[in-house]
Amino acid sequence: MELGPYLILGLLEGLVTAAVLSLMALGLSLVFGVMRVVNVAHGEFFMVGAVLAWIIANAVDSHPAVNFLAALLLAPPATALLAAIADRLVLKRVAYDPERTIVATIGLLYIIQQVTLMTYGPDARPVEAPFNHRLSIPFVEWTESGMALYWPWGLGTTSYKLAVIGAAVLLLGAIWLLMTRTRIGLVMRATQLDSEMARAFAIPVDRVYAAVFGLGAGLAALAGVLIVPIQQAHYLMGHDPLLLSFIVVIIGGLGSLPGTVVAALLIGISDGMISVFFTPTLAKIIATLGVAFVLIFRPQGLFGRKGL
Amino acid sequence: MSVFFGSDLRKSWTLHIGVIMLLFALQFILPAYHHGNLARIMVLTCYAMGYNILFGYTGLLSLGHALFFASGMYGMSLTVQHLGWSAGPALLAGLVAGFAVALAIGLLALRTAGVAFMIVTLMFAQAGYLAALYFGEYTRGDEGFVIQQSFRQLAGINLADPTNRYFAALILFAICVFVSLRVVQAGFGRVLVAIRENEERTRMLGYDIHRHKLAAVVLSGTMSAAAGAAYGLLFGYAGATFASVQYSIFPLLWVLLGGAGTILGPFVGTLFMFYLIDLSSGLTTAYMLIAGFALVMLTLFAPQGLVGELRRRALRWLP
Repeated sequence: MELGPYLILGLLEGLVTAAVLSLMALGLSLVFGVMRVVNVAHGEFFMVGAVLAWIIANAVDSHPAVNFLAALLLAPPATALLAAIADRLVLKRVAYDPERTIVATIGLLYIIQQVTLMTYGPDARPVEAPFNHRLSIPFVEWTESGMALYWPWGLGTTSYKLAVIGAAVLLLGAIWLLMTRTRIGLVMRATQLDSEMARAFAIPVDRVYAAVFGLGAGLAALAGVLIVPIQQAHYLMGHDPLLLSFIVVIIGGLGSLPGTVVAALLIGISDGMISVFFTPTLAKIIATLGVAFVLIFRPQGLFGRKGL
Repeated sequence: MSVFFGSDLRKSWTLHIGVIMLLFALQFILPAYHHGNLARIMVLTCYAMGYNILFGYTGLLSLGHALFFASGMYGMSLTVQHLGWSAGPALLAGLVAGFAVALAIGLLALRTAGVAFMIVTLMFAQAGYLAALYFGEYTRGDEGFVIQQSFRQLAGINLADPTNRYFAALILFAICVFVSLRVVQAGFGRVLVAIRENEERTRMLGYDIHRHKLAAVVLSGTMSAAAGAAYGLLFGYAGATFASVQYSIFPLLWVLLGGAGTILGPFVGTLFMFYLIDLSSGLTTAYMLIAGFALVMLTLFAPQGLVGELRRRALRWLP
């Protein structure tokens, strides 16, 4: 048995994880960066995205590609709206106090999760991928006539997984353009730097906060829609991605967007690699301890500049 | 808090001794079902009181107290299960385990503050929970294991018997109430409150902030571990569920509901929440929905909690 093909498999699976994770962590990081609050319910927005995708796909009930497209277009805005309402009803009223916000979002986490359990039920349900061709991956070997390609058995991916990676790259680019090249991004960055001063310059800070919270939740929901053809929609599916995106955001430095993307790549790929070779529980133990120690000894993150 | 004055001090002792006497009397009146529930509530209150020392009095919000509760529970139950220790030494092992874990976590986590402290404690507790799953060979993971009745004897008293169990829970509850009261009335507790209110000013007055905080973490963790060890021993079960995030959230919920920074708040909060969940779980499987709503409503409308509101409105002398 050769090691190489397994490394490639681990790398590909890791890239898919990294793609989904970077979208989700970007949402968390954006909310923390602009609003200075930690949203513990972020994983539930990911789950709501996936569950809504299943509901929408079933309601449309057409060709798989049409179903999926409808879910992709409708589920994230719906989730964003839900989050913006939660922001107005709850977060605004605790005045974005960091500790009270955490307690309130823990409450939101349970409310969203349990309402999903009561309505959608405890089953895991799949959404069919819009396209799903199996692709074999070639690998090189040394033969008598020199280097040659061969197709190791069991080493493969699907066109959908590659599309997920591509979509994540496009979306990350779009977010970067939004933040750096548009008026909306400018307003967000101004609010992030100094919300008092932004208010003095007639920026509607409350509306910016609601929009940022919605955008963050929408990104998580988008990640949920993208993952649902690979992994089924389930009411508890938000837990692990929440933990992973915490890890990513902390390693990348809270509020630093490029750091978040680099950390998502690092965590996603090492998660893919580690779970090919080790048990997932041990991998998670190492990862959570790693985060705790990064926060203790290097609170600004591995790439960030400023601390909490 | 004006516990300096003699009459307030007397009132406060009368109230707390009265509550303990009332709980003692209830033992003879309550039907079996509620009798068992109240024993559970008293042990869980000790967990909440431990949490309250850190959260209510010192102002440090931990999201990882399940780690201390589980340390006590596993310190007790694993020594019974795998080393064949009797209940007395096993309880002590649970306490020592909780003390050691709290000291280690305190030394590490107190290098951070605020939101970072919350996340660090959450991460350590998560690592502890995963470790309990990883060593499933000994802990039997989520499924857990039952502690045999024959091991649940302390000084010849069978703790599996409901009456004995109730008294054991009451004794632990009384110890925790008195420890908390003594801490709050002593200079140490006043420094903790001072740290909660204004850390910089307290430092300027010459107090060693770090040592006081560390002592609070250790005391809080050890009390939580005592509750965990007692819970395992009295109800004969240990499982990884008790180490999960949910069990870190529960004491926060109980303390918030009852009133952070009050002695009886944890008891009132645990009592209310226990029966709220008990009643709603008869109606739906999604009982955590109630907990979620309670958390949101409390942060929005009653950050002081029930006993806290009572103190604000009427009884200013409540410790």
